Amino acid sequence: MNTICIMCPMGCGLEIEKVGDEIRVSGNTCKRGEAYGKAEFTHPVRTVTTLVKLEDGSVASCKTDAPVPKERVSDVVAYIGSLTLDKNVKIGDRFHAYLDGLDTDIVITGTPTSGC
Amino acid sequence: MFEYDVVVIGGGPAGMAAAIAAYDSGAKTLILERDVRLGGILNQCIHQGFGLHYFKEEMTGPEYADRFRKEVEKRGIDVMLEAMALSIGEDRTVTALSPEHGLVKAKAGAIVLAMGCRERTAGAIALPGTRPAGIYTAGMAQKLCNIDGFLVGKEVVVLGSGDIGLIMARRMTTEGAKVKLVLELMPYSSGLKRNIVQCLDDYGIPIKYSHTITRIVGNPRIEGLYYAPVGADRKPILEKEQYVNCDALLLSVGLIPENDLINGSGVEMSPVTNGAAVDENRMTSLEGVFSCGNVLHVHDLVDNVSEEAGIAGSAAARYAKGELKCDECVNVTAKEGVRYALPQRVNRGEGKVRLFFRVDNVYKGAKLVVESGEKTLLNRKFQVLAPGEMGSVDIEKSDICGDIVVRLEK
Amino acid sequence: MEKFDVTVIGGGIVGTAVLDRLSRYQLKALLLEKCDDVASFTTRANSGIVHAGYDCEPGTLKAKYNVLGNPLIWKEAEELDVPHLKCGSIVVAGEDGLDGLKELERKAKANGVEVKILDREETLKLEPNVADRIAYSLYAPTAGIVSPYQMAIGYADRAVSNGAKIVLEAPVTEIRSKDGEYILSTPKGEFSTRLVINCAGAHGADINDLAGAEHFETTYRRGDYFVLDSTERKNVNTVIFPLPTAAGKGILVAPTADGNVIYGPTAIDTNDSEDVASSLDSLDVLRASVPLTYKRPAFNKCIRVYSGLRTLIEHDFVIGKSKLKENFIMAIGICSPGLTSAPAIADEVLSMAKETLHAEKKAEYVTVMPRHKRMKELSEEEIEKLIAEDSRYGRIVCRCEKITEGEIVDAIHSPLPATTVDAVKRRCRAGMGRCQGGFCGTRVMQILSRELNIPLTKVNKGLGANIARYRVKEVE
Repeated sequence: MNTICIMCPMGCGLEIEKVGDEIRVSGNTCKRGEAYGKAEFTHPVRTVTTLVKLEDGSVASCKTDAPVPKERVSDVVAYIGSLTLDKNVKIGDRFHAYLDGLDTDIVITGTPTSGC
Repeated sequence: MFEYDVVVIGGGPAGMAAAIAAYDSGAKTLILERDVRLGGILNQCIHQGFGLHYFKEEMTGPEYADRFRKEVEKRGIDVMLEAMALSIGEDRTVTALSPEHGLVKAKAGAIVLAMGCRERTAGAIALPGTRPAGIYTAGMAQKLCNIDGFLVGKEVVVLGSGDIGLIMARRMTTEGAKVKLVLELMPYSSGLKRNIVQCLDDYGIPIKYSHTITRIVGNPRIEGLYYAPVGADRKPILEKEQYVNCDALLLSVGLIPENDLINGSGVEMSPVTNGAAVDENRMTSLEGVFSCGNVLHVHDLVDNVSEEAGIAGSAAARYAKGELKCDECVNVTAKEGVRYALPQRVNRGEGKVRLFFRVDNVYKGAKLVVESGEKTLLNRKFQVLAPGEMGSVDIEKSDICGDIVVRLEK
Repeated sequence: MEKFDVTVIGGGIVGTAVLDRLSRYQLKALLLEKCDDVASFTTRANSGIVHAGYDCEPGTLKAKYNVLGNPLIWKEAEELDVPHLKCGSIVVAGEDGLDGLKELERKAKANGVEVKILDREETLKLEPNVADRIAYSLYAPTAGIVSPYQMAIGYADRAVSNGAKIVLEAPVTEIRSKDGEYILSTPKGEFSTRLVINCAGAHGADINDLAGAEHFETTYRRGDYFVLDSTERKNVNTVIFPLPTAAGKGILVAPTADGNVIYGPTAIDTNDSEDVASSLDSLDVLRASVPLTYKRPAFNKCIRVYSGLRTLIEHDFVIGKSKLKENFIMAIGICSPGLTSAPAIADEVLSMAKETLHAEKKAEYVTVMPRHKRMKELSEEEIEKLIAEDSRYGRIVCRCEKITEGEIVDAIHSPLPATTVDAVKRRCRAGMGRCQGGFCGTRVMQILSRELNIPLTKVNKGLGANIARYRVKEVE
């Protein structure tokens, strides 16, 4: 398969093929690209960034602390959408996501008042 | 009257990095920020993709801003929030308006301009049709969504493939909207390739290149729009007009450095970047006035903004202390396939200079050539060069033997 | 049902000027406006030119009211603190256009308007950027520019200050007579009135039909405009017209009272009373036409495109009492030069209304309105003083136009309150600059939400359309 690496803004064109048991990535210019190519071939993952409601009606931004399987992205968004957090959350606060088959933390990345 | 070695105008990524560098070079420094907090547009860029170069770590915009904010706080750099700079006087006195301090006058040894950029609007591209609610720049929709927590629509069309437009296509989709279409006037994207992949392809959002909007329909709210492919002259082919329903249109059709403060003040400007023309220290034609970040030229990566602002901030501190040597300059000119190169001037002397450039089309396997006088300083082949991606090459000052030309060889 | 002596239908420049006149008399005066602000249709989208009156056919109502209105509008713009500039106008022509200018000069003389034909050299002294082909011009020193919507808002504010009532979002859907009075039905309720004054602009003929007054056929002429960045203002001194044609005064280049420059309008005939959509071909006509009179067109400095509709009934203004319905006055078919004529039309309508209503003047009424606090126009000392009293005048919300929170709050709490983003924009220019509200739009919305005590989702751009439509995480 052919794809474009999303690990950094270079946007290297990757060529990924399975030779025997080995997955070969070419076109990458760094190790992250190779790892991305392999994951994309076997089991693509994405970091989820979205918003979470706070109890005062405002929103804070958050992300998964590690990439999750691409097909679970919408589950994660729906799960975060069901939460309402304390209005005093801070950047870096993390909490566990209780989702079947996933072991990930959600990290607060920004709040309406951070830096105010 | 306040007195500072360095006054930095703008407290976004460029302003914070410049202020930190100036402070670390021993300058008494002030940041004037017009918003209620530091961080600028980063605060609303909640997606990943920042910091890989600068911090060797991938993070979101607010996190990247927070790192710098903490560095500013740690140093105790003076920050005036909600302070909008109105003018720069001849003696480098910055006049600003602030609810807390009233009319602020800050006399500066050196000034760093770091006001960022603004988005091109529906008006600027003379979008035909009605002028209803539902048409927003991608950045405004981004602020409404990510900071204020509101979506502007559920059936969205995006005009332009700038990075914010692509990022917002994904954001709106994540939050439950249907992004029906992205239209791009040019035959290529003006955004980063990886954003096409992870923001559009991942979600099956179609992008139509060489297409534009021919008419907006609906009043008082947008109901839909007509679009058509464009010919080689970029004029729409009306016979092929099509209609799509939508309740929101996001525009991502370009960014313009916000140089209102110096436009018309005699500072030499580049008609291509819409920013000041600078030397490698990022000093403008006005002595002691420096410029960095998106107010100088629009960057695709905040990491590059931070790096550039660091150069400007430390040079401003040296200028304020009378330590900045300005030797004889050579001019840097972009030609043949290179839209612009920056800095536009380089002082002769010792050390490395990084030249940033953008090309005017998509080139595969082209060579970037840098010449100085009769000498070729550099001749490097690039697999792909695209207008959406800023490139850079380093040259040695000691090699300079005349005006510099940066061009492409196909 | 609230009872009024007199009701004006339509809150454009004519309706608001009429209400302003009526509000000085001991009368219960009402104005019903279809939209959520006055000046929301024809008045908000025209050229903003104060015409001298040289090109109207002598003997027409247009000629009469233009000439009478010109000095009035200068005086009242001053009273109402509305941006204006008597910068003069020139009609420019090539070598072959001298006869056309002489014809205008003849009409000017008949109308009693001061004009002068200038050669190229004299023209260049006034306007250095006329096109190279321009050989002559007709200079009219009494012409100039005014903010058309602020003029109407100014009239509305003064009328309200003098006790008149304005009901917005109240399109008249039915007019019936009962016991010698009219009952006007609107979504905001019914109103009874002794006298109706029809100033309904694009819908003037419809209101006549509702009342059973004279029937008129209406046609419309749409005009598209470019608005240029304020950085272009320095290149244009006067209002520059081409020679007029049957379709109108032609595509002009003019400064605006707010400090921008406009190119326009085109002239596209239409039967659609709501057709305010600009079109590609019409914008191309502008791109081709402007260089014929002006040599520094800067379409790349465009910050906005807009279009307006001129309402044409017969060949002249229709001003007078209905012959079919008693106590029904018409001021309709008011196309160009309607803005300039409005104060004079209002005086005429007032004298007709007085014949019916026999009212006395109030002992006291406001003529000079309090000055708007515009930070741009104040000295440093005045600014310091103002911020010390109220820090909101130190908080710039609109960066492009340098409009402070204080000015926005003033607009929201003006005599006729601004309740939408567009209404705020028309009053104090917040969002009218080069970023077109990209930065300040959400801030203006928040201030409206706070001052009017409504949720952000209920803050409208205008005409009932909100901006923050759905709360995230609550999208279905």
